[in-house]
Formats: sequence, C-alpha cells, structure tokens
Amino acid sequence: MKKIGPYTKKVFEHFQNPHNMGKIKNPDGVGKVGNIVCGDVMWLYIKISKDKKGKEIIKDIKFETYGCLAAIATSSVITDLIKGKTIEEALEFNRQEVVDILGGLPPIKLHCSVLAVDALLEAIHDYLKKQKRPIPKKLRERHKILEKEKKEIEKKYKEWTKTEETLHEKRKK
Amino acid sequence: MKQKKIYLDYAATTPLALEVLREMLPYLKKDFGNPSSIHTLGQIAQEGLDKARERVANFLNCSISEIFFTGSATEANNLAIFGLIKSSQKRGVKPHIITTQIEHHAVLEPCKELKKQGVEITYLEVNKEGLVKISALEKAIKENTVLVSIIYANNEIGTIQPIVEIGKLLQITNSKLKTKIYFHTDAVQAVNYLDCDVEKLGVDLLTLSAHKIYGPKGVGALYIKQGSPISPLIYGGGHESGLRSGTENVAGIAGLGKAIEEIEKSKKDIKRIEKLRNKLIDNILKNIPKAKLNGSREHRLANNVNVSIPGAEGESMVIALDQKGIAVSTGSACSSRSLKPSHVLLALGLLPKEAHGSLRFSLGKYTQEEDINKVLAVLPKIVQRLRKISPFK
Repeated sequence: MKKIGPYTKKVFEHFQNPHNMGKIKNPDGVGKVGNIVCGDVMWLYIKISKDKKGKEIIKDIKFETYGCLAAIATSSVITDLIKGKTIEEALEFNRQEVVDILGGLPPIKLHCSVLAVDALLEAIHDYLKKQKRPIPKKLRERHKILEKEKKEIEKKYKEWTKTEETLHEKRKK
Repeated sequence: MKQKKIYLDYAATTPLALEVLREMLPYLKKDFGNPSSIHTLGQIAQEGLDKARERVANFLNCSISEIFFTGSATEANNLAIFGLIKSSQKRGVKPHIITTQIEHHAVLEPCKELKKQGVEITYLEVNKEGLVKISALEKAIKENTVLVSIIYANNEIGTIQPIVEIGKLLQITNSKLKTKIYFHTDAVQAVNYLDCDVEKLGVDLLTLSAHKIYGPKGVGALYIKQGSPISPLIYGGGHESGLRSGTENVAGIAGLGKAIEEIEKSKKDIKRIEKLRNKLIDNILKNIPKAKLNGSREHRLANNVNVSIPGAEGESMVIALDQKGIAVSTGSACSSRSLKPSHVLLALGLLPKEAHGSLRFSLGKYTQEEDINKVLAVLPKIVQRLRKISPFK
C-alpha cells in the first residue's frame, strides 16, 4: 500500500473522513478506554438488537476519540468491521484485522489497535453488566486489568509533576 | 498542483542560508586540508577556523581563546557541565549544581547522570509563565554549589530568563565565597534574537548551535571564560586547546562563523518577525475557542508561539497541518514511548489535556505574512474537525 511517511494512504483516509464517528443516543453499552494523561482516549458506543435467527448483534456502533491519527483511524476501522457482528463474533475479534485493513501501522502505534479492541470489549462488558447477565471470564479479566492500569497511570502522572528535588507546589494559580 | 510548503519549525532547525553554504563549499572541495598540517592546504583550513573563531568571538564580545568548537550544542552543554564537575571533583569538592525544571534535555540528562554519580542537583521551579524566581535561586545556593545552568530562552515556550540579573546576583555571591560558582547558559534559541554579549550577561559559559541560526548541523560552540576550570571529555590530538580533540569540522565551523556574522545584519528583521508572531497569537486566541497561550507574553522570543488547544490532540493537529503543507511541532507525546507530555509544559502546571493539545509555531527570517494568514485560515477548521471526533470538545 502507498505510504506517506510512516503511514499508509488508508490511515490518512480514515483520519480525514472517519466512519461511524459521534455518539449514540441511549446506547446499550459504552466502553471508555485510554487516558488523557497519555494523550489517547477512546469512547465506544454500541446498540444491540436481534437478528432474524434471534441472535444478538451489534446493530449500531459509534466512537469518539481524542488522540493521534492512528488512534482515530483504528477507531474508524474497528467500528466498520464490528457493525452487524454478533456479540460472540465481536468477543473473538482479532486486532490484527484492523492493522491489516490499514495496510500496517508503525510499531510505536500498534498500541492504538489494542486500545480500539479494548474499547469494544469494555462496551460489551458494560452491556452485559447492565443486563445483569453473566460476563465471560476473558472479558472479566481484561476489565480488571484495564481498571488497574487506570489507577497506575494516575499515579504516574502525579510522579511526573513532582520532581523529588524541587520545593514544588503544583497547579499554579 | 504542488502546494507551497510553509515551514514554521525554526526552533527545531533552520534552513541553511545561501551565503553560509557559499562560505562552506571551498572547504568541502579544493580547500580540504587538515588544519593541523603545516603545508599550505593545511594552513588555508587553519585560516578558515581562525576566521570563524574571530567572528564568533566578536559576536559574543569575548576573546578568540575563549571559543571552543564542538560537534553540537548538546556536546557543548555536556562539556560545560561534566567538564566543570570533573575538575571540581579533582579538587576534592562534593559539587552541587543548580538548574531549572525547563532546561533542554542536553542539560537535564547530564545532570541526571551526574546525580547517579553522587552530585547534588537542585531543579528550580518556574512560575506559570516559565520564569525562574531569582529569590529561589538565591535560596538554593549552598556552600558546595559550583555551577548554575539556566537556559537563556526556552526552546518550547520561548520564555526569556533574566540572565543579566542572575549574573549580577552570582557576581555578588561570588565576591563573598571562597570557591567560585560558575554560570552557564544554553543560548541556542536566543542567539538569533537576543543580546549575547557575555560581558553584559555575566556568564562564564555559553552554548550555541549553528543549525538554529541558518548554519549547518553538526556544529556547536562553547564560550569558556578565561580561567574557568573545565576538563576535557574527549582526549586525542589536543585540538581546541586540548579541550576537544578530533580533527575540526572545518566547513561546518566556517559555516557557523558566517551564520553568526549574518545575525547582526538581520537584527532589524526581528521587529517584523515579532509582529507576525503577535498576529498569529492574537488570531489563534481570538478564533479558536478555549485556546490558551503557553509561556510569557512579555518575556518571549520574537519567533515563538506555543498554544494549548484542549479537545484536539497535538500530534493529530501536526499531521493535519502537515497535510496542508504546514510544518509545526507539538509537546504531546502520543508518539513517544513514555507517553509523557513535555516536561516544560508540565513544569508550567498545565493539565494533561492542555499539555497534549499543544502546538509550537516557530517563525524565522523566511516567514512571510501570507504564511501566517494560511495557518490562520486552516487551523480553526482542523481544530473544529478534531473536536468533533473527540469526546472532549
């Protein structure tokens, strides 16, 4: 695929005109991942309904992302790919698919595709929890890890703004 | 149709000026001699070095024996810091360094390394404009303080430190001390726009770089006031009076000499650049909701604009501007491994969302009003688009 610097043309296309961007009113599930401290935030909204065979599918999916062009492009692609998929299919989703569609990402940006999948898993987690339904083990475990990471990042930020040798009082008035 | 490129990243590097290139070319072609050689070719190269040294000395108002050429400004900073500490350790002192939280990495990292070796370091805080408090510096001075290193003008936010006042304070302090405190300033960003007369500044050590003043990359210089105890970091054939061995980069050094001489001629251009800077700042703040200027409005380099635009991430803005042919930079670190935003912006007390949404425009002598107009025409639309995608507006 044609590249402009480290990114393919496809990445720029999705950055310029992202698909499925925005909010869903009254979503059935919301996944919020990333952290403003790191400069990457992804919010994913899903709407669930049943298909002809009575299986639950992701009828609609939208995103809001604060981040670099890779973060925006992966958000756009994953929402394209997941729209219309069953929950089971969504849970088995492989992030490599996003990377492949974009024609690859620079190694330092691969974490954006992890972020996109995490947003999807969190949205499904949120949906199942709201429905008071059992949550698959894999999903439960990933949720736990993400919660833990959130706390660690907040701790890290405090460290960044506090150099040990300074007599610093933060957040100047 | 190929769009015109608009370069607004002069703080990162500057294009090589034509007159500088002309000065360099002979040393890359027919006058290729080694300045250490006795024959004519060698002596021509030596004359090139002498001429450049004289030009730099004239600019700084110092003696030619006080100018030392290096391979970069980073190397010059390393030589100043490690070189001074090494020599004070030889005298059996347990040294203490005072610097600031907003130095360039080329000062911060040497300090970090020295700390591991047992050297005491104090990082002075800055106020929300990025200015060091002189009273804080005064309080930080200890019996074993050997070096104060403070950046003249910050590379990210353009804040100009009160170097003259700090120099005076240290002069008074030194008159009461047994061992002298040496004063170093990294003047890399200042050289184009500010008075760098070392006598007026009261500095003992000053770093400058060629590629920030329309000269070539790979050349820096350190001013070392006569009698300052600096030990070399590189040993060999004893070049640069034994302080920096290695055959001199003659063409590069000649380029530095020419570039620094040209600055005097373009002094009257500073007002023009400052006007463009003001236009850019005023219109960004007026036309982009919630945009905020980082650093000081008053104590600011004539060519620096640094703004925070919440809701739009820095790297995204840089890429979107680049697509329009406009080259700028950001203090966001979405692309760096640590994901940590700029230490300078954090030191100002910025929140993460402000630090990640920062843009730096640095103007230069080739910047035209139409370039600024183009930025002002495209930036609000880019911000609007990115805010639409973002969960934070």
